[in-house]
Amino acid sequence: MSIKSDAALPSVNTVYDVNRIREDFPILKQVVHGKPLVYLDNAATTQKPLQVLKELEKYYYTMNANIHRGVHALSQEATEAYESARIKIKKFINALGKNEIIFTRGTTESINLVAQSYGRKNFNEGDEIIISHMEHHSNIVPWQLICEEKKAKLRVIPIDDSGELIFEEFEKMINERTKFVSVVYASNSLGTVNPVKKIIEVAHSFNVPVLLDAAQAVNHLKIDVQELDCDFLAFSGHKLYGPTGIGILYGKVNHLDSMPPYQGGGDMISKVTFEKTLYNELPYKFEAGTPNIAGAIGLGAAIDYVGKTGLDKIARYENELLEYATEKISELKGLRIIGTSKNKISVLSFVLENVHPHDVGTFLDFEGVAIRTGHHCTQPIMDRYGIPATSRASFGMYNTFEEVDVLIRGLKKILEVFG
Amino acid sequence: MEQELRELYQQVILDHNKAPRNFRKIEDASNFAEGYNPLCGDNVTVYMKIDKNNIIQDISFQGSGCAISKASASLMTSMLKGKTVEEAEKLFNNFHDLVTDKLGDKPDMENLGKLAVFAGVREFPARVKCASLAWHTMLSALHNKNEKVVTE
Repeated sequence: MSIKSDAALPSVNTVYDVNRIREDFPILKQVVHGKPLVYLDNAATTQKPLQVLKELEKYYYTMNANIHRGVHALSQEATEAYESARIKIKKFINALGKNEIIFTRGTTESINLVAQSYGRKNFNEGDEIIISHMEHHSNIVPWQLICEEKKAKLRVIPIDDSGELIFEEFEKMINERTKFVSVVYASNSLGTVNPVKKIIEVAHSFNVPVLLDAAQAVNHLKIDVQELDCDFLAFSGHKLYGPTGIGILYGKVNHLDSMPPYQGGGDMISKVTFEKTLYNELPYKFEAGTPNIAGAIGLGAAIDYVGKTGLDKIARYENELLEYATEKISELKGLRIIGTSKNKISVLSFVLENVHPHDVGTFLDFEGVAIRTGHHCTQPIMDRYGIPATSRASFGMYNTFEEVDVLIRGLKKILEVFG
Repeated sequence: MEQELRELYQQVILDHNKAPRNFRKIEDASNFAEGYNPLCGDNVTVYMKIDKNNIIQDISFQGSGCAISKASASLMTSMLKGKTVEEAEKLFNNFHDLVTDKLGDKPDMENLGKLAVFAGVREFPARVKCASLAWHTMLSALHNKNEKVVTE
């Protein structure tokens, strides 16, 4: 980048070669409205490195075939690549077995699968399901649907002004009627990282299973499902530098075994007659139809890529970016940060006193800066703070301190125009 | 400021955003409607007082939104006060043509008057809804007379 930073170069740059990493992401060389692209919308989706793009290309160029079906060479090769991606994901989150890793279209489908399959089997009238006030709509609506069907009750853990869960309220809320807890690991609009291990411990003391929506956590925090002892965990490939349309549902094998299929079709059966159908073993029972084979392979490549740099190093670097951005942005007059928990992923949501987020978004776009503006699919959070929307900058492994400066300069210009 | 951006955020728009006209509730409104854009969370309520001769005696709005949507509502209410229902409908069509830049539909610039400042919105497809939200809400208020309000 040609732009000079106002910042003293942080020491982390010596061990974390961000320029080298940027070389792997061809899209970052784009020019937007005549300015170098500054992509700060990583919580919406991350960009994809060459290593992922090449895997996708290689799959379609050299091995495209349907899996688990053919005896021919291509089919076997594709099956092997698809299943080896599953093993990469198993290792990535330290699952006990590869049969606990189910490929889905994304976090949303993973959560819907559990709500529809586990919920339909286990929820009854008067039961209670606990979520939190900071859930993405995708971890609210699936539970509302099944609660309506089963006449169960949805209960919501409140949050405080800093955007943290009020843990005591959760402890008061959980009881013998509670049948399920589904909470977000890290909030997409506030950045808050929730005390999920504590939540799981409390829930398990009531024999209640817990699903973690890890969509935003998975590219910032090292996840070990055995150590967390979560019952289910959902995430998407595209927020982990992988392709869109591929996601993961992790589930403990005892749960998955006892759950009925979510969708019927090919690959999820072992024997079909018109009288009775026998379902396939895990994980295939939950993978009806031809899956997103290329997507799964691409996600495997993304995990390799992130692993090469090291998630701990990435997280440390992103935290420094967040700290720097938080400090610089706090100096702006009339700016209020939404989500001020001490424990955050690199998400920075804010509102300006006299400027609507949409105007901020359009102005920044002309500086080449891509941020998200709106309610971020978390309308209850917006209601909680009495605001219609926020502007959100979210940082990824390839962002730089200079880019934070471009953001701040853009915001200063906006304040001059609307001043 | 870049040319395109300057055309979107003209001084008139910035002024109306800062000091919106007719930003209040009409307690004895004969018509009102709520508009909501679920994509961005913008909301606007348009209040109108229409007399038996179909003349808009008073019109106002409340709500929250971006500069474009606020200025659009503010200018709309300024323009429509004293107009007939038919004139309001015609202006709606003109405004709609202006911001959506329909081929072949030459907006009636003379009739549009001050509203011409919204011509820049055409270059920003994502922002067209911001400019037109208040107008759609006004149209809905015209056609769905609110039963709760006692009219003459």
